[in-house]
Amino acid sequence: MLISCGALAGCKLVVMDPSGDVAVQERNLIIASTALMLLVIIPVIALTFLFARHYRASNPDAVYDPGFHHSTQLEVVIWTIPLLIIIALGAMAWVSTHTLDPFRPLSRLGPKRPVPADTKPLEVQVVSLDWKWLFIYPEQGVASVNEMAAPVDRPLAFKLTSSSVWNTFYVPALAGMIYTMAGMETQLQAVINREGDYWGLSAHYSGSGFSRMNFRFRGVSAQGFEAWVTQAKASQDTLDRNAYLALEKPSEADPVRYYGTVESGLYQAIIGMCPENGQMCIAEMHHIDRRGGDEKNSEENAKRLDYDNRRLESGTEPSGATFPASGRPPQGPVQPQGMKPRDQDAASGGINQPKHALPGASGGPAPPQLNTGPSNGDSH
Amino acid sequence: MFAHFDIKQLIFGRLSLEAIPYHEPILVATFAVVALAGIALLGAVTWFGKWDYLWREWFTTIDHKRIGIMYVILAIVMLLRGFADALMMLVQKALSVGASEGYLPPHHYDQIFTAHGTIMIFFMAMPFVTGMMNYIMPLQIGARDVAFPFLNNFSFWMTVGGATLTMLSLFVGEFSRATWLAYAPLSGAAYSPGVGVDYYIWGLQVAGVGTTLSGINLIATVIKMRAPGMTLMKMPVFCWTTLASNALIVTIFPVLTATLALLALDRYVGTHFFTNDFGGNSMLYMNLIWIWGHPEVYVLVLPAFGIYSEVVSTFCSKRLFGYTSMVYATAVIALVSWLVWLHHFFTMGAGPNVNSFFGIASMIIAIPTGAKVFNWLFTMYRGRIRFEGPFIWVMGFIPTFVIGGLTGVLLAVPPADFVVHNSLFLVAHFHNVIIGGVVFGLLAGVQYWFPKAFGYKLDPFWGKVSFWCWLSGFWTVFLPLYVLGLMGVTRRTQHFDDPSVQPYLTIAAIGVCVIMVGILTFVLQLIVSYFRREQLRDFTGDPWGGRTLEWSTSSPPPPYNFAFTPVVHDLDAWWDMKRRGYERPLGGFRPIHMPKNTGAGVVLAGLSTVLGFALIWYIWWLAALSFAGLIAAAITHTFNYNRDFYISAEDVVRLENQRTAQLAAGA
Amino acid sequence: MSCGSKIRERRNSRQGLDRMHEMTAPPGATAPVFFEQEQHAQAEGGTLIGFWLYLMSDCLLFAVLFACYGVLGRNYAAGPSGADLFDLKLVAVNTALLLLSSITYGFAMLEMSKDRLRMTLGWLAITGLFGAGFLAIELYEFSDFIHEGATPQRSAFLSSFFTLVGTHGLHVTFGIVWLVTLMVQVRQFGLIADNQRRLMCLSMFWHFLDVVWIGVFTFVYLMGAMR
Repeated sequence: MLISCGALAGCKLVVMDPSGDVAVQERNLIIASTALMLLVIIPVIALTFLFARHYRASNPDAVYDPGFHHSTQLEVVIWTIPLLIIIALGAMAWVSTHTLDPFRPLSRLGPKRPVPADTKPLEVQVVSLDWKWLFIYPEQGVASVNEMAAPVDRPLAFKLTSSSVWNTFYVPALAGMIYTMAGMETQLQAVINREGDYWGLSAHYSGSGFSRMNFRFRGVSAQGFEAWVTQAKASQDTLDRNAYLALEKPSEADPVRYYGTVESGLYQAIIGMCPENGQMCIAEMHHIDRRGGDEKNSEENAKRLDYDNRRLESGTEPSGATFPASGRPPQGPVQPQGMKPRDQDAASGGINQPKHALPGASGGPAPPQLNTGPSNGDSH
Repeated sequence: MFAHFDIKQLIFGRLSLEAIPYHEPILVATFAVVALAGIALLGAVTWFGKWDYLWREWFTTIDHKRIGIMYVILAIVMLLRGFADALMMLVQKALSVGASEGYLPPHHYDQIFTAHGTIMIFFMAMPFVTGMMNYIMPLQIGARDVAFPFLNNFSFWMTVGGATLTMLSLFVGEFSRATWLAYAPLSGAAYSPGVGVDYYIWGLQVAGVGTTLSGINLIATVIKMRAPGMTLMKMPVFCWTTLASNALIVTIFPVLTATLALLALDRYVGTHFFTNDFGGNSMLYMNLIWIWGHPEVYVLVLPAFGIYSEVVSTFCSKRLFGYTSMVYATAVIALVSWLVWLHHFFTMGAGPNVNSFFGIASMIIAIPTGAKVFNWLFTMYRGRIRFEGPFIWVMGFIPTFVIGGLTGVLLAVPPADFVVHNSLFLVAHFHNVIIGGVVFGLLAGVQYWFPKAFGYKLDPFWGKVSFWCWLSGFWTVFLPLYVLGLMGVTRRTQHFDDPSVQPYLTIAAIGVCVIMVGILTFVLQLIVSYFRREQLRDFTGDPWGGRTLEWSTSSPPPPYNFAFTPVVHDLDAWWDMKRRGYERPLGGFRPIHMPKNTGAGVVLAGLSTVLGFALIWYIWWLAALSFAGLIAAAITHTFNYNRDFYISAEDVVRLENQRTAQLAAGA
Repeated sequence: MSCGSKIRERRNSRQGLDRMHEMTAPPGATAPVFFEQEQHAQAEGGTLIGFWLYLMSDCLLFAVLFACYGVLGRNYAAGPSGADLFDLKLVAVNTALLLLSSITYGFAMLEMSKDRLRMTLGWLAITGLFGAGFLAIELYEFSDFIHEGATPQRSAFLSSFFTLVGTHGLHVTFGIVWLVTLMVQVRQFGLIADNQRRLMCLSMFWHFLDVVWIGVFTFVYLMGAMR
């Protein structure tokens, strides 16, 4: 497998050669468990061919012993050796699952490099939308779509949620993946150890635009990060509730976009499933429920809780709609709402056409050949 | 639902002529081909005047052997459809890289991968396995039929009903785009309105009823109908795996039924089980569906393991090594399989204690599975191995499956899973174990038991060609997918930005064409063998030197299986009979008590299918009518007390004399 | 004899002495019986075990619904809770009807074992009436809730409540349909073996529904009303 990979040009087994310490530790587990399992697998495959060859009926030298169908000693060996390997693997799994728990703050930046005592992790709030990624930097007060940046060797504390259906946030070079689910917050702790442009994606199918739900993760130096934040701040766009509601509408392969200002409390509203004014947030609903519900105001409360059906009610096509609710002929060529036309014709603005970047943005959707080394000087 | 009173909507629900994709040339062409083939088939049956025969001898049969054969035929037909989906997917993936878009837009591609998974698991693998268990197990335990023969027939037709609904979605409306497990909240009414997910739900509900009843049936058969002297520990291993598999079925299919019913309620009534709002919990769906989903794969693989045990033992001319150990391993695998479901969503963030528990439990399954592999190897040790048709599949299975097991144990380590969850690495893993384990086992079983069922062996040459194509094709497809997974590539995508994936996808696309040749040569093998059947004829009923009771009957067995119920003294009962000089009785035959054929199964399943269709398209009057019809038909059926008859002693004599003549002819 | 040869097998497994397996039985030994030549009564116990297996699968179905209620049962979505809605007095009457119906079914089975057709039918009828009463009260309760705005669509709690209790009610409904059918069949064909078997199956079904109701009553109504 690896040999074939090396032979073909441009092969980057990013999972086996990641640039973030968490992903490195996870990679090491893959190697360790493979090695442990090979202790059994290789003999099994070898024995299969050996026995097949030696005990074939046409071989007169082979002993034929039809009475040999039971041996306690052999059974003990057969059950014990795999048991020992699983015990070893299990112990490894227990320990590593605890140390690499995505909700647990990092204790190291790399092998033999503990996190310095007074380091404050960089918090990034992540929202998966249809079909793009929104990143909010609460500390810096900026936000971006389909691109995020992070300084090298600083712990990252991701807080993630979704606007509608499930996705997973995954930057293979950085760390493992974690689900994003509406109304709930997941977390991911990670650190990027090398500068570079890395590929990020959603790894949980979420509808028509899923294939192009990629984003760019930029590992940069501390100065580079300051520069990135400055660039984002320079944008005139504000991420307020209206802007967020516009983002909620389905769209595919969105160009990178920055917001210089972020409305305060917006992320809490997103997690609370109350981005529209007047909606009841989940926290308030939970509070009421814990005190036994609210029969008196049930009807008014119900009107304020409607969330999932907003898309249907507003006439926007939902992510996985099929005939007849899709409003399109079945199996037909018409793209779902929010998707781009599929033809290659330059004039028609089809899916593979280069997009005109907004001033200040770094360009179109994540370009190919990512997971490169230090950024090779593309201008902003 | 009704904005205004609309007579058309009242009669047709949301069905309309627009539901038929007559604008799509490929689909119209496919439909035309299918329709023509169907008309040709129906025409041929009519021309040869075979409707009466088909109805009396096959559609209404309660004979487990014929039902088993029908299940396998269904499975092979659905294999062709499911494989066509796979072909389309891999070609699309190989083409759609960088600036190229391929030929399938996302909203088509999504239906295709959903259909591929749904069909392969529910309408190919399950019927195939069920068919094998149905045919062979009663013969191996010395019984004349299963415990509930009518239920058996009904179960089969319900599976056909479910398959029909799924296939119908190709030509009327659209299929689901929500993946083969229809995760919430994507599969809910708010995010996937339309008939797609409804087709999925009702197809599976109809088939699921059949499967659950079949599970009950086969357990009762194993427990209650074994021949005298056959204690559980003298039962062939295939029967043990049948018992374990059906125990799993009976426990998990109610979970699937309930879960899909709750999803249906969410979609039809507007309840809030799995929605994001109003207190619904989409994580609940994930848990429930995988509580079904994980044991399901053991439902499929355990009988395959049973087939391997039978084949290895026979073709090494040696009793299976470590019988007791095999039985315990089967039981442990079944037991632990109920305890591991969360490993399908380690990345949901359940916390390290929970994740570790499920990870370690998942790894533990490797131990009894490994024990089984070693026991097969030590059966080969000091055996006398014949590399005939069925056995070469075992040789392909062992190396293939154990590598799949390796990647499985790897995935069971939660933090390792964090980087390859839902990737092409995962896809390669489960295809590795399902194709290497289940499919190879079923194909081995076909090669092994075909002579028993039809009286002649399968052509060995085309069998070998098919095997080598399957084996090489499989690795050609999935080795690149393992690599791609390690490149971070995820599953279910219709397009790739990074051109460096294209060489791998191209190799995979070539591989799937090789598998296609494997499938076509398998079909060719069936055809060629039919035409060469006289040269391949099995006169003795025991063409391979078998060890279990099914080989004591003629090929094919008479309707009553055994003129006299066998008495069993030892494991490998037929082998025991042969070596101790049994003598086949030539007289003293008595009338044999057998159940009657019935059309009730076809009627009930047909009504269920109509009910499903009506529910999908919101044709409420039809749904109510078919439901009422269902109840009425069921009640009517219970008024039939006259369900059995006797095969006369003369008929038994005649059939046994035929066998005597056949044995003489083969000698 | 076969036992002895088995022990010998295990001890000699490696020595090839068991090549005896391949030879015919030693001369002079009595040939073992390999076929059952006497007529045996058909093993008839299959139906009951089959029905029991079905019942256990149904039990799992209810288990899923209970689990859902366990997860979702406090998610009132700022709407009414069980304490707001449940009328425990009504539920007590309901429960009493169902439990009584189990007792009367038991009486019916006793009469069946004494082969008294008319008494059997009588007790079955009373069972059916109690069951119908149970359903009537339950339907009344449901319609009452819906009138108050506590519909299944209002919250996850109500969705799981209506589904769990409603599924139980649906099972009772099917049970009553089955009961009536069986009464007609018993009247027509008498207490023959087939009918007795069917009555035993319905008996298991009916008592099973009773047990599920105990669970519902405790877990849903009593615990839900506490607050």
